[in-house]
Amino acid sequence: MSLSAVLTLGQTALELGLISSLTVLALFLSYSMLNVCDLSTDGCFTLGATVGAVVAIAGHPWLSIPAAMLAGMLSGMITALLQTRMGIDSLLSGIIVNTGLYSINIAVMGNASILNMNKTETVFTRTKDFLAGTALSGQYKTLVALIAVALVILFLSLFLRTRLGLAIRATGNNPDMVRSSSINPAFTTIVGLCISNAFTGLSGCLLAQSQKSVNIDIGTGMVTIALASLLIGNAFLGKGKIPVRAVGAVLGAFLFRLVYTIALRFNMPAFMLKLVSSVIVIIAIAGPYLKGQMPLLKRRMAHRRGEEESEC
Amino acid sequence: MLRISHISKTFNPGTVNAKKALDDLSLTVQDGEFVTIIGANGAGKSTLFNAISGSFITDSGRILLDELDMTLLPEYKRAKQIGRLFQDPMRGSAPGMSIEENLALAAGRGGWLGRLSKADREQFRAQLGLLGMGLEDRMQQPVGLLSGGQRQALTLMMATINPPKLLLLDEHTAALDPASAEKVLAITRQIVEENRLTCLMVTHNMQSALDLGSRTIMMDRGRIIFDVAGKEREGLTIQDLLGQFKLAAGKVLDNDRMLLGVE
Repeated sequence: MSLSAVLTLGQTALELGLISSLTVLALFLSYSMLNVCDLSTDGCFTLGATVGAVVAIAGHPWLSIPAAMLAGMLSGMITALLQTRMGIDSLLSGIIVNTGLYSINIAVMGNASILNMNKTETVFTRTKDFLAGTALSGQYKTLVALIAVALVILFLSLFLRTRLGLAIRATGNNPDMVRSSSINPAFTTIVGLCISNAFTGLSGCLLAQSQKSVNIDIGTGMVTIALASLLIGNAFLGKGKIPVRAVGAVLGAFLFRLVYTIALRFNMPAFMLKLVSSVIVIIAIAGPYLKGQMPLLKRRMAHRRGEEESEC
Repeated sequence: MLRISHISKTFNPGTVNAKKALDDLSLTVQDGEFVTIIGANGAGKSTLFNAISGSFITDSGRILLDELDMTLLPEYKRAKQIGRLFQDPMRGSAPGMSIEENLALAAGRGGWLGRLSKADREQFRAQLGLLGMGLEDRMQQPVGLLSGGQRQALTLMMATINPPKLLLLDEHTAALDPASAEKVLAITRQIVEENRLTCLMVTHNMQSALDLGSRTIMMDRGRIIFDVAGKEREGLTIQDLLGQFKLAAGKVLDNDRMLLGVE
């Protein structure tokens, strides 16, 4: 493999990693902070992609970003209202919203399951034009994604230190304590899910525009991929302050994409991506649990062989 | 002033498991009064606290704190006026967050987007110092690393950092080792006296029920069966309490944990 091929690989992984890391940061807020596994992520990602695409196609590339985030926020609010105000289990409300979003997404795309943006002005083409002739002109995709990620990390670092941010963290940690601080945990859950889904929508919007097309399956499996990235990031930078952990989440997304891109290079078929992400999530969550079970398992085995007594 | 009038609560109504946990209970507590509450398991002591703090809404009756009618108010709204400690020291604080973050949340200053200021930090440090547990030098550490006694002392500080109109202590030292329990109890006494808090305390230890506070009530089957304060309470012994229980409840108090608390 030549050096330029390696660089191209790294570049692709960086681009895709940065864009999907916005979803990872969304899960960092909902899963790590709020302790809610938000299963509407797939649908919300697609919603951001479709809404962003439709607005861009209508000729408003910059407006597509707030539009996609707003759509994500709305979807997050519905998920949150279902679980805090209507007594629906948090996993179930995510699944319900996810299913409903499928129809909404088709409707947003105007009764189609695919939209093409080959000739559409997008955030990326605008940036490309803007950078034309400068040294960064080849990096326009990475640059857009990098700015988005940096802004989201900055926002999270500042926000999670405010009283509202602390309350959101405490809601995932000990809801009783939130209540006794005279804060309604239902309120913090709603705010948290609105914000996290806005990021998911942004992530979908940018991915669709960078690959110049959106189809109804663009978000499928996104929750598992993002979770896998989050857990990989946790393994490296899981301890410490919020900004460090947020950077860890982005690093996880990049590493995940890097491994995946390399695997593709070695002729792993593209459809394996989702299986790989599932296996990573299983290992990351089940690993520590099984490790904890090991001593007991060893004792059981020893007992079965009759060695237990001889030890005494 | 806390005024509870004729509250009742039945759990699992209409089933074979129906249990009348509070039975037409009325209680008035004056400002600054420190009431200790004793009674056998299942007498309704914790249920009374749950009713006051709003963990559930009572089936009937009214609960007033000063002029505020709290009868139908949700728990988090009542928490503005009421501080509460549980037996489990893990319940009052968020383990994954640092000491100062827990305190900041409890203090609740500066609105939703307010941040921990230097002045707040100094104040927390000074107040933590008063606990005498060395917590003032560990303000950045997650609360999950603290011992049960330290966590309970921190929870006590969190509950009283904005002095509440009413402090509910639900056997808050029962899960601690004797030395920590004594320490937390001493801190409790100090904070309650300094802020002249109105306080209700459930205890299984009959001696501390008599030693602490200014009034003692005894509960059985969701009712108050004995209520003593002032001069009448001064000379009271544990034997007297046991006698009163037999007289009022018509049975002998046979609670091991409570009798073992008799020293």
